[in-house]
Amino acid sequence: MSAENRTPFVRLAKRTEMSRRNMWLIRIGSIVIALILGCLPMLLTGTNPISAYGVIIQGSVSRPVYLRQTIRTAIPLLGCALAIAPCFKMRFWNIGAEGQITMGAVFATYFALFWSGKIPHVALLIIMAVSGAIAGGIWALIPAFFKAKWNTNETLFTLMMNYIAIGIVAWLQGGPWEGRKGSQLIPMFSDEARLPDVLGVNCGWIIVLVLVVLMFIYMNKTKQGYEIAVIGDSVNTARYAGMNVGWIMMRTMFISGAISGLVGFIIVSGANYTLYSGVADGVGFTSITVAWLSQLNSFAMIAISMILAILEKGSNTLQTRMSVPASIADIITGILLFCMLSCEFFINYKLIFRHKGKEVNG
Amino acid sequence: MEKNCAIEMKGITKRFGQVVANDSIDLQINRGEVLALLGENGSGKTTLMNMLSGIYQPDEGEILKDGKTIYIRSPREAYEYGIGMIHQHYKLVEVFTSTQNIILGLNDGRMDLKAAENKVNEICDRYGFEIDASEKVYDMSVSQKQTVEIVKVLYRGADILILDEPTAVLTPQETKKLFAVLRNMKADGKAIVIITHKLNEVMEVSDKVTVLRKGKFIGTVKTSETNPQALTDMMVGHAVSLNIDRPLYPDPRKKMIIENLTCVDEEGVKKLDSVSFTANTGEILGVAGISGSGQKELLEAITGLYPVKEGSVRFIKSDGSEVELVGLTPKKIRQTGVGMAFVPEDRLGMGLVGSMGMTGNMLLRSWKKGKGALIHKKEPEALANKVMEELDVITPGVNYPVRRLSGGNVQKVLVGREIASEPEVLMTAYAVRGLDINTSYTIYNLLTEQKMKGVAVLYVGEDLDVLLELADRILVLCGGQVAGVVDARTTTKEEIGLLMTQFNAKEDER
Amino acid sequence: MTTLITLIVAAVTFGTVLMYGTLGEILTEKSGNLNLGVEGIMYMGGAFGLAGAFYYEKAAGAAASGPVAITLAILAAFAAGFAASAIYSFLTITLRANQNVTGLALSIFGTGIGQFVGEFMRVSEGGYVALSNHLKEAFSATIFPGFLINIPVIGRILFSHTVFFYLAIVVAILMFLFLKKTRYGMYLTAVGESPSTSDAAGINITKYKYLATTIGGGISAIGGMVYIMTTAGCVWNHEGLSGVGWLAVALVIFCMWRPLNAIWGSVLFGAMMIMYLRVSIPFIPTELYKILPYIVTVIVLVLTSMRNSRDKQPPASLGNNYFREER
Repeated sequence: MSAENRTPFVRLAKRTEMSRRNMWLIRIGSIVIALILGCLPMLLTGTNPISAYGVIIQGSVSRPVYLRQTIRTAIPLLGCALAIAPCFKMRFWNIGAEGQITMGAVFATYFALFWSGKIPHVALLIIMAVSGAIAGGIWALIPAFFKAKWNTNETLFTLMMNYIAIGIVAWLQGGPWEGRKGSQLIPMFSDEARLPDVLGVNCGWIIVLVLVVLMFIYMNKTKQGYEIAVIGDSVNTARYAGMNVGWIMMRTMFISGAISGLVGFIIVSGANYTLYSGVADGVGFTSITVAWLSQLNSFAMIAISMILAILEKGSNTLQTRMSVPASIADIITGILLFCMLSCEFFINYKLIFRHKGKEVNG
Repeated sequence: MEKNCAIEMKGITKRFGQVVANDSIDLQINRGEVLALLGENGSGKTTLMNMLSGIYQPDEGEILKDGKTIYIRSPREAYEYGIGMIHQHYKLVEVFTSTQNIILGLNDGRMDLKAAENKVNEICDRYGFEIDASEKVYDMSVSQKQTVEIVKVLYRGADILILDEPTAVLTPQETKKLFAVLRNMKADGKAIVIITHKLNEVMEVSDKVTVLRKGKFIGTVKTSETNPQALTDMMVGHAVSLNIDRPLYPDPRKKMIIENLTCVDEEGVKKLDSVSFTANTGEILGVAGISGSGQKELLEAITGLYPVKEGSVRFIKSDGSEVELVGLTPKKIRQTGVGMAFVPEDRLGMGLVGSMGMTGNMLLRSWKKGKGALIHKKEPEALANKVMEELDVITPGVNYPVRRLSGGNVQKVLVGREIASEPEVLMTAYAVRGLDINTSYTIYNLLTEQKMKGVAVLYVGEDLDVLLELADRILVLCGGQVAGVVDARTTTKEEIGLLMTQFNAKEDER
Repeated sequence: MTTLITLIVAAVTFGTVLMYGTLGEILTEKSGNLNLGVEGIMYMGGAFGLAGAFYYEKAAGAAASGPVAITLAILAAFAAGFAASAIYSFLTITLRANQNVTGLALSIFGTGIGQFVGEFMRVSEGGYVALSNHLKEAFSATIFPGFLINIPVIGRILFSHTVFFYLAIVVAILMFLFLKKTRYGMYLTAVGESPSTSDAAGINITKYKYLATTIGGGISAIGGMVYIMTTAGCVWNHEGLSGVGWLAVALVIFCMWRPLNAIWGSVLFGAMMIMYLRVSIPFIPTELYKILPYIVTVIVLVLTSMRNSRDKQPPASLGNNYFREER
């Protein structure tokens, strides 16, 4: 029989179900493969990958002080992933968290700069948090409004909003809020406007962990969470059930933006103590991958955001100790994301090879 | 094997997960013949033909052309074997012109749109098709789009044509034209397969009939040697005298008065044109019409899902007070205490949440109930169990995603939920489409039961036999207008058929 | 007048960078793939383009010729973008991963690789990586003779730009002709509009998506190289390159997916991005000029969605993956 006249060598079919054990085996396997692939750039620079990974782990978790720094990196990632989860559940592709963080940071900074010393410490922090959340929420609401009203593409719209927000900060930095003339810097916050530390890390981690639980409940147990799930499945079904899809979209985006805005507040008030245009530093984008790879499950997000934070923190140590560029963190993160994205394919689809009846996993 | 055999399928089996869509099917398609592939919805006709057009590959069995085994791995390969399929859902690029669509995928040297347009016009002239070769598809009507599809296949010189329910969207005149074309092509020596479930069309146009039932091959007969009754027997397995029980409700009263209801779609086309009628308690009002005559829009307009341009829908509550429904959202309608249930045509896309279990779907009608922000799952879970038991829903559990259930079970979940809301008006769109006979009867009985409870039932259907035996009155829609309302007990199939098409006939005379 | 001409020339210089990024992304998006990794792709293009020219000069020494260096830089950048997009394509087309998430992952990965290569070159070469002056000049020189440039007013506006600008215009015109006049361009449009239709018509969707996305990525990457080799003066400069990829994505929307619009659109965006240096408009702080491109893009996006005109919408399947048996 000639090669022409055969059924295709391999076909694809949707998998109906897979055991939990196999699912996790595949996911863990993909992480292992990613770490192996991550050796390549290290070898290129003449670094022993095993000792490099050793340094990454050491430099991120081996001592309380390192661990604290790692957690500090993980906080905004986790917080923002939580913000994105309801949008993605609704199949509303909000990739504007970067801008929502930034706007939250801007409003928190306003109160930090101009209200500090005028009102009690706790009150100031609460005002900063609330205003940050509202600002982030409103920033997210704008694209949601146009999506609801005219079905404007939300992916592209939210993307544009990021850079508008960042541009606004750049203007504040060099203009109205500039500290020393010509410095292009906004002054550092006074102690009044800084988040207190708990166990050596700014108390943002408590806020974010509370949010993990709240978001889990919100998505799985509340009426609003149910509405979001129905819309994500079918907008027509939602309309049929009497849901006001546009309104729910706007509400969900407001909540999402508000959480991102809160994260912005945590970043400026708990970590940077000032505002600059790179305040979000890609967190809004990275957290999207965190949310997606966690299958939008709040608790899984803790693990994924920690992995990415370990990579980032560890790579900084790697740079100082073994003079490997810290950008290796981004490379390994990228490889890790690629591998984990790929592995979902083997969970959702099965390959059927030519010989009939024979099905192979992955 | 006959000499003029174009394609032969032997022992074809195709499975989708647990479901066996085609079970060891044999089929022979001859040149110079029209073969009707007959079967109810969901009998596996389209799946079988999709394997000829390269969309699916069979799990078992073989396809022979001129005695040689062939493997059709893609639609492109299907064309190479001279097989062209006109799908029910048109596969056209909306922003392209008809000519661009027609030459899409063809490889004949340098692209010359002008020459292609000429050739398209030539084909149109020869067969009497009326399409503009340079018109964009998004400006076209449904039947024009179908014409583009047919010309596309002819343009490629296919000698085996498969048409999937081509008449579903056509007016009788268009159907006549189509059949004339089919006869011409047959005389030309082409092999034609027409997928249908309409017996009159089978008798009119085909030479041979192959009948499928629930994915199984039942038999092939010559059209000249059979009759509709025999074919029906083959299709359904036993002779259908439907014998649907139709009791009379003692005390019918007006429930819903619809006056001059007019709806316009996004493109400004009138979908409903001053529709007026009354629905009564204790009555099944059948709604008949060729597909796309405004049935969908009618039900959706009443439930607040489709924007109404003019007119009124007055709902009469049990205390005699009236509520105007036009202008209210579905949510508002529910809040004003109007008990309305709706079984939409698109079950998983509109009536149910496919990714959720039965409990989650029961919740769809009651998720707002109860105090606080949390959902209350107790009641819907109890309801899910009740529906599962009473309607014999086969599912591994109340939390098993309904998307994975079979069509009949999906519909039972949907109807079960809607009836459980104890509605005063129950509207159903194609409630038995794709269901097996037993489930269909379950649905008929449920509807009749509701009617005897004093519910006003609106039953949009496509099978006239069912409408005639199930409904009390039949409203016939044609081109968005009411062509007539007849008494189902005294009318005839012919009368309804005439009403279904009368408006279009008038249009043509103008 | 001189200010205006200087502004236009500067706008074209930066616009050229954008034009490559945008043209590549237009080709990609025409196939229905929304590749949000342009930022990373352009980083990689910048780093590898610089590396290509730099190592060529290191090998050839004083004999290094400008045209060869330019060709190698283009090829190296293209190859980098091609490879990066091949990863994206494999994940989204073959493995059906979510396009948004994969694109963002590519952005992270690509900026990482770009930075890494830039740093690696700096460290391994002991500090400073730059081309010799005569090669630098080759990259920023125009291809037209002096007398044309000296024509008053239009001379500088039309003829004083680098070879990359004219090459970009050629690419734009070729892409326009490809999409509008050739069979394969029509097929590509069909794939992006309706994959199931194209599939039924026998078009190899996978092939078109792969080719459009990888070649598009290669073209985008050239933009990164052009930035490093012209604006940044042949030195690795990640800060200046930061955000350019996203701006290119915005420009795709602004151009409504038409390559010819990219020619003037990119110059306009270029002008907006550098205007703060040269023009001041009363009441608008100059720092805010930089957000103008994003604002006008948002306005275009909103207006086209409000009008709902069928010809000006994004490719209908943009962002969605295709699986034949999924129905």
